[in-house]
Amino acid sequence: MTAIEIPALNFAALLPLFIVVGTGLLVVVLDLFIADKKSLGWLSLFGVILAAIVGNMQQGGAGFDPAFQNVSLLDGYANFFNIIFLSTAALSILVALGYLGRVGLHRGEYYALLLFATSGMMAMGMATDLMVVFIGLETMSIALYVMSALNRHSRPSGEAGIKYFLMGSFASAFLLYGMALTYGATGSTNFSDIGSVLTAGTVAPMAMLGLGLLLVGFAFKVAAVPFQWWTPDVYHGAPTAVTTFMSVGAKAAGFATLMRLLMVSFPAFAVDWQLAIAVLAVLTMTLGNVAALAQKDVKRMLAYSSIAHAGYILVGVAAATTEGIKSVLFYLLIYAFMNIGAFAVVGVLEQKEAIGTKLTEYAGLARKNPWLAMVMALFLFSLTGFPPLAGFWGKLYIFRAAVNADLTWLAVVAVINSGVAAFYYLSVIVQMYMKPAADDAPEILPSTPATRIALAVAGLAVVLIGILPASLVDMVAKGVFG
Amino acid sequence: MTNFIWLAIAFPLVGVVVNGIFGRKLGRAANGWIAVGTVAAAFVVGVLSFLQVPSLPEHAQIVPLWRWITIGDFEVYLSLLVDPLSMLMTLVVTGVGLLIHIYAIGYMDHDKDVARFFTYLNLFIASMLILVLSDNFLGLYVGWELVGACSYLLIGFWFYKDSAADAGKKAFIVNRVGDFGFALGVFLIWTTFGTLQYTNVFEAAGDKPVAVITAITALLFVGAIGKSAQLPLYVWLPDAMEGPTPVSALIHAATMVTAGVYMIARSNVLYALAPQTSTIVAVVGGVTALFAATIALVQFDLKRVMAYSTISQLGYMVMAVGVGAYASGIFHLVTHAFFKALLFMAAGSVMHAAHDVIDMRRLGGLKAKMPITYWTFVVGGLALAGFPLTAGFFSKDEILAKTFEANIWLYAIGVFTALLTAFYTFRAIFMTFHGKPKDAEVYEHIHENKPVMTVPLVILAGLSIFGGLLGLPGGLGLPNWLDGWLEPVFELKNMFVPAEAVHTGVGTEVGLMALSSTLVILGIVAAWWVYLRKPQIAEKTAQSFAAGYKLLANKYYVDEIYDALFVNPARGLGVFFAKVVDMGVIDMVLVDGTAKSVGYFGRVMSRWQTGYIRNYVVSIFVGAIVIGAYFFLR
Repeated sequence: MTAIEIPALNFAALLPLFIVVGTGLLVVVLDLFIADKKSLGWLSLFGVILAAIVGNMQQGGAGFDPAFQNVSLLDGYANFFNIIFLSTAALSILVALGYLGRVGLHRGEYYALLLFATSGMMAMGMATDLMVVFIGLETMSIALYVMSALNRHSRPSGEAGIKYFLMGSFASAFLLYGMALTYGATGSTNFSDIGSVLTAGTVAPMAMLGLGLLLVGFAFKVAAVPFQWWTPDVYHGAPTAVTTFMSVGAKAAGFATLMRLLMVSFPAFAVDWQLAIAVLAVLTMTLGNVAALAQKDVKRMLAYSSIAHAGYILVGVAAATTEGIKSVLFYLLIYAFMNIGAFAVVGVLEQKEAIGTKLTEYAGLARKNPWLAMVMALFLFSLTGFPPLAGFWGKLYIFRAAVNADLTWLAVVAVINSGVAAFYYLSVIVQMYMKPAADDAPEILPSTPATRIALAVAGLAVVLIGILPASLVDMVAKGVFG
Repeated sequence: MTNFIWLAIAFPLVGVVVNGIFGRKLGRAANGWIAVGTVAAAFVVGVLSFLQVPSLPEHAQIVPLWRWITIGDFEVYLSLLVDPLSMLMTLVVTGVGLLIHIYAIGYMDHDKDVARFFTYLNLFIASMLILVLSDNFLGLYVGWELVGACSYLLIGFWFYKDSAADAGKKAFIVNRVGDFGFALGVFLIWTTFGTLQYTNVFEAAGDKPVAVITAITALLFVGAIGKSAQLPLYVWLPDAMEGPTPVSALIHAATMVTAGVYMIARSNVLYALAPQTSTIVAVVGGVTALFAATIALVQFDLKRVMAYSTISQLGYMVMAVGVGAYASGIFHLVTHAFFKALLFMAAGSVMHAAHDVIDMRRLGGLKAKMPITYWTFVVGGLALAGFPLTAGFFSKDEILAKTFEANIWLYAIGVFTALLTAFYTFRAIFMTFHGKPKDAEVYEHIHENKPVMTVPLVILAGLSIFGGLLGLPGGLGLPNWLDGWLEPVFELKNMFVPAEAVHTGVGTEVGLMALSSTLVILGIVAAWWVYLRKPQIAEKTAQSFAAGYKLLANKYYVDEIYDALFVNPARGLGVFFAKVVDMGVIDMVLVDGTAKSVGYFGRVMSRWQTGYIRNYVVSIFVGAIVIGAYFFLR
C-alpha cells in the first residue's frame, strides 16, 4: 500500500501574493456596498503595506524554499522586486486617491485592478517557470489594459486601452511562441532545467530562436525600441494615475523576469544575447531621448523619458554580471520613486480635458506653488542624474557595471544620452522657475493630503538615497539570486 | 557622551532647517534665540565630551556614523574623531561662536533679514564642526568647502551692495585657487595610501618616499594658504570685512581662517616627515606676519586694521606649525580666537553706535561715551599686542621661543612684527577712543550698546586676560597644561621624528620674554607719543617718507598687481571665450547645430508616431524578424 504523496506546495512563499490578491477581492466585494471609494483606496494601501511587511519578515525563512513544485521562488531577488512593486503600488494608490477624485473618475474597481496587476507583477518576479511567467504577465497586462481605458468618456483613454490591448496581445503571441520553441528544444519549462540542458557549446538553433522571440516579448513590455510605439500613445492617453503605476510597475516586472531568465536559463549564450541587448539599449536610449526633446507636453515627454530609462536599465542587463543585476535592482527602485514622483506632479497640475500638462502651462509654477515646483525640480534633477540625488548613483552603478563588463562603448553612449536628456528635463525647470505664468494660465487646484504624502515620500527617498546610497547598496546585495 | 558628539553638528543643523524654512514666520526674536540655543546645545555637548577625553583609551575615539559611499574599492565611512585636538577646536568654535551669536542678536537688530543671517551662521557652525571633527581627509575637505561656501554667503550677505557682492566673489575665487591644491593633495593621499582615514594614513606615512609626502604636504599647504589668508592669497580677507561684523569676528578671525593651522597641526606626522615643506610653511608664515603688520600701520578703517592684524597673527600661527611647534600654533589659535573675536566685536560695537562709521579719522574721544566697549577693546588690544601676562603674551612668546630655537632670522621677523603689532593696535585705540571727537555729528549720537552686545565682550575680555593660564611657559618650570593635553595628538610624530632635546635655558627664556615685553611697551608708548601727544608727527612722517607711506597705504599695490597679472588677462581670455568661442563656435555650431539636428530627428520620430496600430505592428514584426534571424543564425 503506497501512501498518496501530497506534494509540498509551500504556500508560505506565496503569502505576500495572497495578501495582495485577497485585498483585491475584498475591494471588489466591498465596492458593491461602499459609496465612499476613498476608503477602498486606503484599504488597498493597507493590504499592500501588509504584504511588504510579511514578505520582509519571511526573508531567510520558509518562503525561501521553492514553491509549488519549483515553479516559484521567493528569494532575495523576488523579495527585492516585491519591494519595488509594492512601493510602486502604494505610491500609485496615494496618487490615485487625489487624482481620480479631481478628474471625476473615482471608482472602486480601479483599486482592485491595481492590486491584481500588482499580484501579476509579483508572480513574474517570483517565477522560475515559463508557465508562471505567462500567467503573471497576462494577469498584469489584462488589468493594465482595463485601467488604461478607465476613463471611458475620454477618447484618448479608450484609444489607449484598445491600442495597448491589441499590441500587447500581438507581443504575447511572440512570447508564447518563444516559450514553445524553448520547451521544444529543451523539454522543460523550468528555468534551471533549461539552463542545465543548454550548456556551453550546445548547438541549438531552435532554442536560440526561442530566446529571440522571448526577448521580443519582454522588449515590448519594457518598451524597448523598436517595440516601443505603443508607449507614448498609451501613457499619454491613459489617466495619469494609471500611467504613474504602469510606467514603473510593468517595466520592473518585465526586467525582473527577463534578467532571471537570461541569467539562469541562457547563461551559455551570454555572448549572443549581450550584443542583442546592448543594441536594443542603444536604440532605446537614443530614440527615447531624441523624441522626448521634441515634445511640447510634459506628460508625453515623460512617456518618452521612460523609454530612455528602459534603455539605461538594458545597459545594466547587457553587462550580464552579478554587478549588472545589482545595478539594475538599485536603479529600478530609485526609478520607481523619481518617476512616480514626476508623474504625480503632472497629475496634480492636470485637470479635466487634459488641461495643464503642456510645457508652457508649467511657467511660473515656482511662484504659484513653490513646494510643488521644488519637488518637481528634485525629481527632474534626479531623472537627469544630477548629484547628489538618487538618480546619479543609479546611473553611476549601471555605467560602472557596463565598464567592468568590457562594455565601455555602451557606457559612453549612455553617458552621452544622459547629457542629451538633461536638455528636456531642465527645460521644465526653466519654465517653472524662470518664465512668468501666462495670464490665462489655469488655476492650480489644491492637492490632497494623500498626494502630498506620496510626493513627500518619493522626494525624501530621492534625497536620502542620494545622500546615503550605501544602505541601499547593502540591501541590493541581498537581492542577488544564486 | 563622546558617542553622541554628532549631536554637536546636528543641533546647529536643526537651527538651519528651522530658521531656513520657517524663519520669516517665527519672527526676529525667535530667529536669534533659536540660533543661540542650538549653538549653546552644541557647546554643552562639546564640554561634556571634552571632559571625557582623558578617560578614553589612548585619549581618542572614532565615532562611526554610517557608511557613506561605496563604489567598488572606494569606501568612505562617515565617522567622527574625538581626541584632544578636535575637542579643543570644538570648544573654541562653539564657545566663541556662542558668544558671537548672542552678540549678533544685538548687532543685527536693525537688519530686515535676520532669519537668513542666522540660518547661514548656524550652517557655518555645523560646517566648521564637520571640518574639525572629521576623522578623515574627505570629511575635512567637505567641511573645508562648506565653510568656504558659508563665508561666501555671509560676506555677500548684503548682496545689494556692489562692494559686498564683489568681496564675496573675490573670497570665493581666491579660495578656489587654494582649494584646488588642497583637493589635489587629498587625491594624492588616496592614490598613495589607498585610504583617507587619518590614523591609517599617519601610521603608514613612515614607509612612503619623502618626495611623495613632500608633494602631499605642499599641496595641502596651498589650501591652507588660501583658507588661512597667507601670502600670496591673503587678498580676500581684508575685503571680507564687507560682511556683517559678527561674521568678521566668527569666520574671518576666530574660526574659519584658522582651518589651515588646524589642518597642518592635524597632519603633523606628514609635515614632520617633510622638512622641506615645513621650511616653506615657516617662511611663508613669518613673511606674512611682517608684511600684513606693515600694511596695518597705515589703515584708517578700524575693521581693516583688525583684518590685517588677523593675517599677521595667522602668520605667527603658520610660522609656529612650520617650525614644528604644533602645540604652540594651536595655543595661539585659541588665545587669538578670544582676543580677536573681542576686538572685532568691540569694533562692531563702535560701528553699531556710530551708525556704520568705521573710519577712525571721523571717530575719536569715544572713551567716555562707551566705557564698556572702550575697556574691553583695550584688554583685547593688550592681548593682541602681547602685553605681559595677557593671553596673547604667553602664546606669542611661546611661538617666539620655539622659533628662536629653530631659526634666528625668523625669530627676528617675529619679534619685529610684535613691535609693529603693539604700535598699530594702540594707534587704533588712541585714534578711536582718545583725543577729541573729530566728527561732531557722529559723536553726538554715540551711546553704549545694550547688554546683549556688551556681555559677550566682557566675557571675552576675561578670557583674553586669563586665557594664558592654558599654557604657561614650560621653560620657566611652570605647568603648561595645553602641551600635556595635546601630547597624545603628537605621539605618533614623535615616534617617527624624535624631537631634538635642545631646550633653551631659563636664562634665555627670560631674556626673550624681557626683549619682547620691552618692544611691546615701546610700541605702545610710541603710538601714544605719535597719535596723542604730538599728532603732527604722524603727518610729518607720512610726508617725509611719502613714497614708503604711499606704498603701505596702497597695500603694496598687490591688488593692482593681481589685476594686471591675473584678473585682466583672465577677463580678456574670458571675453574671448565668451564672445568668440562660446557664442560663435559652441552656441552657434555645437549647441544650436546639435539642437537643430536632434530636434529634426525628434520631429521625424514624432511623425513616425502616427497613432496607427498597423504601422506599429509592422515595426514590431520587422524587429522580431531581425532579432529572430540574428539568434537563429548564430
